[in-house]
Order: sequence, then C-alpha cells, then structure tokens
Amino acid sequence: MATLHTRTNARVMMSPAVLMLLVWMVIPLGMTLYFSFLRYNLLMPGMEEFTGFGNYEFFLTDPAFLDALFNTLLLVGGVLLVTVVGGTFLALLIDQPFWGQGIVRLLVIAPFFVMPTVSALVWKNMFMHPVNGLFAWIAHGFGLEPVDWLAVLPLFSITMIVAWGWLPFATLIILTALQSLDQEQKEAAEMDGAGSVSIFLYITLPHLARALTVVILIETIFLLSVFAEILVTTNGGPGTASTNISYLIYAQALLQFDVGGASAGGVVAIILANIVAIFLIRMIGKNLET
Amino acid sequence: MAREVTRRRKITFTVIGWLIGLTLFFPILWTILTSFKTEGEAIATPPSFLFFQWTFENYFEVQSRSDYLKHAMNSVVISLGSTGLGLLVAIPAAWSMAFSPTRRTKDVLMWMLSTKMLPPVGVLVPIYLLFRDFDLLDTRIGLVMVLMLMNLPIIVWMLYTYFKEIPGEILEAARMDGATLGKEIAYILAPMAVPGIASTLLLNIILAWNEAFWTLNLTAADAAPLSAFIASYSSPEGLFWAKLSAASTLAIAPILVMGWFSQKQLVRGLTFGAVK
Amino acid sequence: MKPIRIALAAGALLGSTSLVAAETLTIATVNNGDMIRMQKLTEAFTAKHPGIELEWVTMEENVLRQKVTTDIATKGGQYDVMTIGTYEVPIWAKQNWLVALDGLGADYDVDDLLPAIRDGLSIDGKLYAAPFYGESSMVMYRKDLFESAGLKMPPAPTWEFVADAARKITDKDNEVYGVCLRGKAGWGENMAFLSATANSFGARWFDMDWEPQFDSEQWKTTLQFYVDLMNDAGPPGASSNGFNENLALFQTGKCGMWIDATVAASFVTNPAESQVADKVGFALAPDNGLGKRGNWLWAWSLAVPAGSAKKDAAQTFIAWATSKEYLALVAEKEGWANVPPGTRKSLYANPEYQKAAPFAEMTLQSINSADPTEPAVDPVPYVGVQFVAIPEFQGIGTAVGQQFSAALAGTVTVEQALQNAQNLTTREMKRGGYIK
Repeated sequence: MATLHTRTNARVMMSPAVLMLLVWMVIPLGMTLYFSFLRYNLLMPGMEEFTGFGNYEFFLTDPAFLDALFNTLLLVGGVLLVTVVGGTFLALLIDQPFWGQGIVRLLVIAPFFVMPTVSALVWKNMFMHPVNGLFAWIAHGFGLEPVDWLAVLPLFSITMIVAWGWLPFATLIILTALQSLDQEQKEAAEMDGAGSVSIFLYITLPHLARALTVVILIETIFLLSVFAEILVTTNGGPGTASTNISYLIYAQALLQFDVGGASAGGVVAIILANIVAIFLIRMIGKNLET
Repeated sequence: MAREVTRRRKITFTVIGWLIGLTLFFPILWTILTSFKTEGEAIATPPSFLFFQWTFENYFEVQSRSDYLKHAMNSVVISLGSTGLGLLVAIPAAWSMAFSPTRRTKDVLMWMLSTKMLPPVGVLVPIYLLFRDFDLLDTRIGLVMVLMLMNLPIIVWMLYTYFKEIPGEILEAARMDGATLGKEIAYILAPMAVPGIASTLLLNIILAWNEAFWTLNLTAADAAPLSAFIASYSSPEGLFWAKLSAASTLAIAPILVMGWFSQKQLVRGLTFGAVK
Repeated sequence: MKPIRIALAAGALLGSTSLVAAETLTIATVNNGDMIRMQKLTEAFTAKHPGIELEWVTMEENVLRQKVTTDIATKGGQYDVMTIGTYEVPIWAKQNWLVALDGLGADYDVDDLLPAIRDGLSIDGKLYAAPFYGESSMVMYRKDLFESAGLKMPPAPTWEFVADAARKITDKDNEVYGVCLRGKAGWGENMAFLSATANSFGARWFDMDWEPQFDSEQWKTTLQFYVDLMNDAGPPGASSNGFNENLALFQTGKCGMWIDATVAASFVTNPAESQVADKVGFALAPDNGLGKRGNWLWAWSLAVPAGSAKKDAAQTFIAWATSKEYLALVAEKEGWANVPPGTRKSLYANPEYQKAAPFAEMTLQSINSADPTEPAVDPVPYVGVQFVAIPEFQGIGTAVGQQFSAALAGTVTVEQALQNAQNLTTREMKRGGYIK
C-alpha cells in the first residue's frame, strides 16, 4: 500500500516538470517538424506548399554541410580537451597551499560570468587583431611577424575563445572533487613509495572520473549549439573553415529567412546531438552510477 | 630541511598560481581598463596599461544614451524569475525521481536533457509566432517562461544528483513515524536540500543572465535586458571600443560580484553531486 | 487644461480630426553616430509634438536587421518606425509591408531629396521610406604619403593607377600599407565592396535569365586583381577587416588609401579621433574606362511598417527626422560637419556646409554617379549596385563573401572560390525558382 501511495505521489510530483517539458517539446518541436516539410520563406508569404523531404535534401546537400559537421565535432572536442586537461591542471595547482589562493581562485572563475558575445568581441578586437591587437604587439616585441589568428587559424581561435569561458566551469568541478579526496589514502600510497605521477594516475584520476563525466556531458550540451562566438568573430569563414551546424542553421533562418530550411536543419541538429549524447553515455555514462 | 622545501614549494606555486590567475583574468581587466580610456587611446599601439588619461566620459555617454538601470532590472527579473519558477517545478520532480525511482527514471532524465539540444536558431520562428499570438513579445513574463524551459532540464538534473546524496533511510524512518509528505519536506528534506537548491539557483541565474539569443530576439523596448544593452554598443560605424568596454563592464559587474560572493555555494552546485 | 491642449496640438499637427491621446512610438534604429544624435534630440521633437513620445531600440546593424525583418514578416507589430536600407525597401514595399509615405506634410519638399536616393526608395513613384542619411563610396587617401612618393591623385582615378600607387606607398617595415579594403565575409561587408568593384570591371551578378555569372572572365579578373593587390599592398589580417577595422587602421595612419563609405570622411577628418585628420584627400571611386565606377549607393531610411497602429504619428516623426529643419537643428547643436549627409540637394547648396565639410563635393558626385537601376556595364534583371534586391541575396551574398574571403586569406585559389560561388549561387537560385 505504502509503495502504491508513494508511487502515485511521485507521479504527481513529477508531472508538472514532465508536462511542461512535453509541451515545450511538442509545440515548438512539432511546429518545427511541420515547417520542415513546407516550402516556407518568411520574405515570400503566400508561397507555402508541401515539399516532402525537399528541405532536408537541400540542407544535407549544402556544400558546407560536411565541413560544418566536422567543424562542430572539432569545436566540441577541442574545447573539451582544453577545458578538461587545463581544468585538471588548474585544479591541481589551486589545490596546493600558496599565498593568495582565494584571490587566484576568484580570478580563475571570473571568465565564466562573461557573456559569450562580449568575450568574442573582446578577444577578436583587443587581442587577436593582427594590427591593433595585444598579441600582435607582443609578437612585434619579440621581433616576430604577427599571426592573423582569425584568418589563418579560425577554428582554433574560436576554440580558444570558447574554452576560455568554459575553463572555470571545469576547474571548479574538478577542484571540489579533488578536495574531497581521501588524504589518508594518498598518504598511505606515499608511504609505500609511490611517485606523484602514479598517485595521480591510480588514486586521483579514478576519484575524478565522475566529476569529469559531468563536465563533459554538460559542456557538450552547450557546445553543440555554439554560434554567437562564430557570428561575432568570423561569420563562419574564411570559406567554411569555421562554419558549424548551428551557424549553418542561422544562415538559413536569419539571413535567408527560409523557415522551412532552417526547421529541417534544426531537426537534423537534434538528431545529431542525440547521436552524440547516446555515444557519450555509452562511453562514460557508467561513471554516473553510484 | 623539510620546512625549507615546503617553503620553496609554496613560493613556486604562488608565482605560478598568480601568473595563471592573472592571465586568465586579463581580458576582463583589460576591458575594464579600456572603459576608462578615450576612443583614440583604446586602439592606440603601443597600448598603454595604466598611464593614460583616465576618464569617465564613456560611462556618462552610455548612461545618457540608454537606461542602464532599466536593462539591469529586466535582467534581474528575468534571471531570478526563470530560475525561481524552474526550481518550483523541478524540485518535486527531482525529488520523486531521487526517492521513488522507477525503471524509466533514467530515461526520463535523458529525455529531459535531450530537449536542451534543440538549437535555438532553428525554432526562433515558431516561438516568435506563438509569442505574437499570445501577446508575449517584448514581455518579461514571456522571457521568464522561455528561459525557464531552456534551463529546466539542467535544473532537474542538478537537483536529482544532489538529492540522491541525501540518505534514503532518514526518510524511511520519518515515514515509519507517520510523517506526512508535507512534514517530510518541511522538517527533513528542506534543511538537507537547501545547499543543493541554493547552488542550483546560482548556476542557473548565471546561465539565464548570459543568455543572449532569446533575450535579444524576443524583446524590443520594454523587456530588453542587458544583452540588448550590449548590442546597442557593439560595432557601429566609427570607433566604439571604449564605449563598448564601459557597457560590457556594466553588464558583467552585477553577475561577477554575485558570483564572487557566493562562489562556495556555487561550487557545491557545480559538482552535480559528483562529489561526496 | 493640459490634456486638451495636448490633444489640440497633436490633432492640429497631424491634420486629422480625431483627437489623439499621448502616443508612444517605438523606433528601431541602427547604432551609428547620426542615429545616436537623432536619439539625443528626442526632446526637440517632443517639445514640438507634445502628443507623441519616443521609445528607442538602438542596435548594431546586423542584430537590428534580423529583428525588424522577423517582426515585419511575422506581423509582430513591435515597432512603429523602422530604420532600413535601400536593400529592404523595394522587397518589403512589394509585399505591402510598408506604408506609403503620403502624410509627410506640405512643407516637406520631397523634390529636394537627391534623385538617386529617392528613386531607390520609391516604387511606382510612391515613396515608401524617407532617407535619413545617404552614402556612396569613394577613395580616401593620405596626401602626405602620396607627396613623398611623388604621386598625384587624380580626381577620378583608374584602378590601374590605384593599384600602382598602393604598391609604391606600401612600407611594411613601418606598418604603412598602400590600400585597405574590406575582406570580412558578409553581404554588407566584403561583398558590398566587391560587387561594386565588379561592376566597374564589367562583371555582373546575374544575366537577364538570372543565371549566375561567377564563371565569367570579368569576375575572374576582378577577384584576381583584388587578391593580388591586397597581398602586395594590403594590411595583414585583411580577410577579417570590415568597415570598422579599416577605419581604425586608417585613423592610426596605417593605410595609404581606403576605398569605403563616404560617411567615413567625417570620421577620418575629425581631429579628436583621427591621427591623420589634416592629411586626408578624397577622390571618386576608381574605374576601368568601361563607363561604370566602383562606387555603391546606400541610404539608411525610416519607414512605417503596415502593422503599426500609430501610422500618423509615425509619419509625423519621420517627416521631422528627415526634414531640412532637422538638418539645421543638428547644425546648430553639433556643427555643420555632423549633419546627416547625402539626402537633400539643399544641403549641398549650402555654403556653410561646403565650408565645414571638405568632402561634401566628392560625396555628392559619388552619390549622383551611382545608378541602382543600371548598375553593371551589361544589362541586368535586378536593382541595386552593391546588392541584388531579391530576398535570397542576404544568404547568397554572405556565402559568396565567405568564399572570396577565403581566397583573400589564401586558403582557396581564386578559381576555386569562383567555382564554389557559382555552384552555391546556382543552387540557391534553383531553390528560389528563378532558374530551372
């Protein structure tokens, strides 16, 4: 009886969230799905007609599509690599006792509070600009030719800008995980003569597994739809060197105002995102179990 | 000897730590410094770090052109409102998932996360049409709802992992004693869950504050938050660096100060219960 | 007393019999200097029209365009006055999305508007948007650098001369680059410059059957010329430079020449901002002896969306903001050099303006020499000098712009960029139903 009672309770308690998300999914997603089968351009009203999979075909055969797909994965992977490795390193560093540790911690987490558009504008014009930027000035100081970051290494530069914003997030999670590490276990290992590398590999890293999983999952969700940074810095170029799927959809939606095409792109993006998610969960999801 | 080693170690870490901390913070510091320069000085090479003519003219200019307080208020209302509403909906859901899990709980969680993968640009037009029909364009309540729904999956997930850390036995014991659901929540859960809820709250305020797609595209004059405020200073014809820096500083400041003051709670939330 | 007076005043001004309560107009505008000045003069307007209040939504150009286009196309009705360009006006007017401006008042003097600008904003003789400021493009150059190189800029240079001079002036060790041109991808960025330049090389976007022309010899010459010139005499990072980046370069003395919007003239001659203010000369955009110059035509204009519930008040505002009196008002408060240029003949006939703005004559000549209805050497089916006034152009222009920007960055060859541009334009034109 008690279990039945609790189960009903549970249903009641879950229902608002589930219902709201269901509505959120069904209505916009339903509309998107519906539009994705229509020839529908906002700028040419009155021409709407059913086109079957025409929009999908158009989106998938876009000459930029494969590049965009590849760039999306590269961007997500690159940012994850930088933030996970860099975050672990930073967390290990901040975990050491030193003077002004608290202040350094504040400095390190600050980038997380900066709006993506602002950070992209700042990086592009004040740092990466090959003539007026600080990097160019530093390069001149060493007698080097300044690098034109956004033209020569567009995707790399964007990866760095995005990673700058997400590094604090990774650092904080890993740091908290580190601080909960059982010190006695570590000391015992030290007594047994284990080096710091093997302590890190066999004690610290396994302990961090769950925190790293969380970092990777949450970041992936946000990184798949990065586009403000691209729009502000390179407009997806030069060529298609920094175009990702989100940017491609943006071009359909807000340059062409092709609602049909953009909707098809949106559906494709959801499918791709879910493939990535399933893949991720297969790979690292077991770390989340307790 | 040993003390000497530790001391040297500490000095080394101090140097490295500060170096990295300052490097990561530098873009923000530079933006703040630039906001006190004249437009000409802002793009000058070689750049001047501290020895320039400090001026407040950019801040005066920004304030004379746009109502910062109105935009900031909108940001506060939208981020607090969406997060608060989200918590209200998410707490019971996460609660029941954590304490009365069924076989489908994991699937429901994953499904919720997958709604987050809807790329905003792809659904702008459908949402815009809905907003128009329900008279929600350029209203705070409309934005509160959209941002709440955008962040709901994250809120549910964070709370779920956090609640799972609360030992179930305590609940069982309370139920044995005949506690009702209301009492269960008020006397046992709330005290144990408050830290987790607080950190969820903080993280989502930050996410909502920095959201710059929906807040920009669904507003015009009345409900426009700080993202729109920034958009009125970026890339006009002519020099704009110092003014944009001033506007950016103003937009970042409230959330940065909040984040710094509450970083302990924030950190706890960020771990998603990944840490015991 | 007061409400009655307001109502009377408003009623009288609108020339309508209905009594109008205080109305608030929501005005969407771009964050360029001239519009910011207009926003700051709000009180001058409300003092004259006490029944109307103004609320401003000031945004960066691209964000604004995306917002107002979404709003007008979905009939969202969020704005009463929109700031749009010569690209949007013909397309939107055709959809009946804009109100024909026939309530501007008797003293508006519509015939005083510059003909090239007025034509671009009219359909079948009806004005659908009133020009707030107009611009063309021209050459801005450093007189001192030309002198020390022993060169003399003719008032109407050829591309050959410009390219030659640019290479001579370039002194990379001292960070002086012969010519700064747009390279950042975007239909309003590098494509504005390249489309206009292509016109002077005899190229065109489409032939009379809407077939894309990027496989033509003329386009190849244009792009090759541009890429070679920029590689030899352009600044580093040119492929991400737009108007603002080049402005900053020119103002800090790093460009020998800059071919861009005529509005830039007032920035580069302003001593408060520009390190080279007293050394700048002006010339018409170059040509190739084919009868077309490489200058464009653009006018930021104010229009009333058909969905607005306050059409009369909106027209009252537009009449004020684009009137001769407004120009005089700005002149009185900020000086003649800061008056929004390029809209009215009377401004260019004004000796005070000519004195305050050394670039006035060149601006007027540039605007008058642009012809949106016959932009290219060969006949074309479209309107627009540096754009093609069809709804698909924003997307196509930006995608082609990316290819050309890649060619400039050297990641693809000129031939490959043109081939890609041809393919993607053909694809979009097929989808739009222009060609089979």
